[in-house]
Amino acid sequence: MSTVTFVEYDGTSHDVDLVEGESLMEIATNGAIPGIDADCGGEAACGTCHIFVDSEWISTTGRRTDEESQMLEMSSECEPNSRLACQVIAAASMDGLKVRLPEYQI
Amino acid sequence: MDNNRVIIVGASHASAQLCASLRQEGWAGEVLLIGDEPTLPYHRPPLSKTYLAGTSNLDELLIRKPDFYDKQQVAFRQARVTSVERGARTVTLSNGETLGYDKLALCLGARPRRLSLPGADLAGVHYLRDAADIEAIRDSLATTSHAVIIGAGYIGLETAASLRKLGISVSVLEAADRVLQRVTAPEVSAFYDRVHREEGVEIRVGVGVNALEGKGHVSGVRLEDGDSVATELVIIGVGVVPNVELAQEAGLTVDNGIVIDAYGRTSDPEIFAAGDCANYYDARYEGRLRLESVPSAVEQAKSVAAAICGRERQISALPWFWSDQYDLKLQIAGLNTGYDEIVLRGDRSTGRDFACFYLGKGRLIAADCVNRPQEFMFSKRAIAQGLAPNRDLLADPGTALKSLLEASTTSAG
Repeated sequence: MSTVTFVEYDGTSHDVDLVEGESLMEIATNGAIPGIDADCGGEAACGTCHIFVDSEWISTTGRRTDEESQMLEMSSECEPNSRLACQVIAAASMDGLKVRLPEYQI
Repeated sequence: MDNNRVIIVGASHASAQLCASLRQEGWAGEVLLIGDEPTLPYHRPPLSKTYLAGTSNLDELLIRKPDFYDKQQVAFRQARVTSVERGARTVTLSNGETLGYDKLALCLGARPRRLSLPGADLAGVHYLRDAADIEAIRDSLATTSHAVIIGAGYIGLETAASLRKLGISVSVLEAADRVLQRVTAPEVSAFYDRVHREEGVEIRVGVGVNALEGKGHVSGVRLEDGDSVATELVIIGVGVVPNVELAQEAGLTVDNGIVIDAYGRTSDPEIFAAGDCANYYDARYEGRLRLESVPSAVEQAKSVAAAICGRERQISALPWFWSDQYDLKLQIAGLNTGYDEIVLRGDRSTGRDFACFYLGKGRLIAADCVNRPQEFMFSKRAIAQGLAPNRDLLADPGTALKSLLEASTTSAG
């Protein structure tokens, strides 16, 4: 089984099964990862599933869309590798992917 | 694992979050989730949109998958709880069975307000809350050429948009003098009124309904002015009432919702409540609120989980809401109650994106943002900070919002 790793702001690491076709937000909520609230359920409406994609994985996940940018760039924690987890769809090529969580979801 | 048991009554958004948060807070005992629908908790907002359109199924709408509940050792049971015996710490199910609890969480939600009109029980008259309600509406669409929606709140307007997309002609009837009258400024109402008319919806405001007519099945709506509208499908969306009866009969304090403190506790120390059914104390607004909002349900559930585990976590997140209609994505930050001024950013008279900022005593207190995610995220932060923005800069599309956050005086940070 492929895995994806979510690292909380305090460094706590969680490995969960990567389910192809599901968003990283769905994988995180089904995996009970603390720090991903996902209030809106994947509509890119709330900005509460902010993650940082480790730099070596950016070419695999792709960069954020304009819509995500408009949400994320208002966060004081926004970085060039910020994404909304609900907009990243897991693929087989992402086995071993590591993402980090911000201190706060806004 | 110890043998202490939390029973969660109601399979709602609050309860799905509570299941996750209880384990994150370290609750090691049993968790039993009891719901009266056959499914695990699901997202309700898409019901009036993708589910009505038939482009999503209930499995896709589950807030968390069955596997999550298995792994978190949460048991789910479909049953109806008919009473709570606080002295004995038991709940009784409709089949007479009693189950003991150590901690009880009431996540009972709300139900549509019913209209007591002649003909309201005719076939073809629907309310909108559960998946089953939508399935019944969907089944009738093939034989519907004209639908009437009573109530121009968010639910009514979202449903109108979904039906228009399916090619059904729609009339919306509203007793107040404008759409969204209870929740937005007149400028925002005018915008939604225009867009719905552009999309082919007939909107009639300031009209009361006298009766629903038909023999067995609804065939028309009779208005107070004597006019009538022919229709095969009536959908009523005139607000909700909180499900408080279980709490009330158990002797808990109830006042427009089950009364909880700022930490999610009811008047009984072993009983907690969250979501649409709960009336909580909000420190930011210095008063009691009962909100019908997914994010608020999630926030309250997190506090309830902490409280059940013996910790105090204040319910404090800024309330926010959203509504999708056609290509309009409305995001609402904060509560506009008590605003004394608005500032508009963008052109609301021709385009389909703008923001309406609500100010109270000079401070930003709320914002309605249509296809303006940046303004929404700005507002979430600015309201939380107590920002008193410069009105001209706020209205000026050339001013970067982020510069306002950095430049203005803030009372909190």
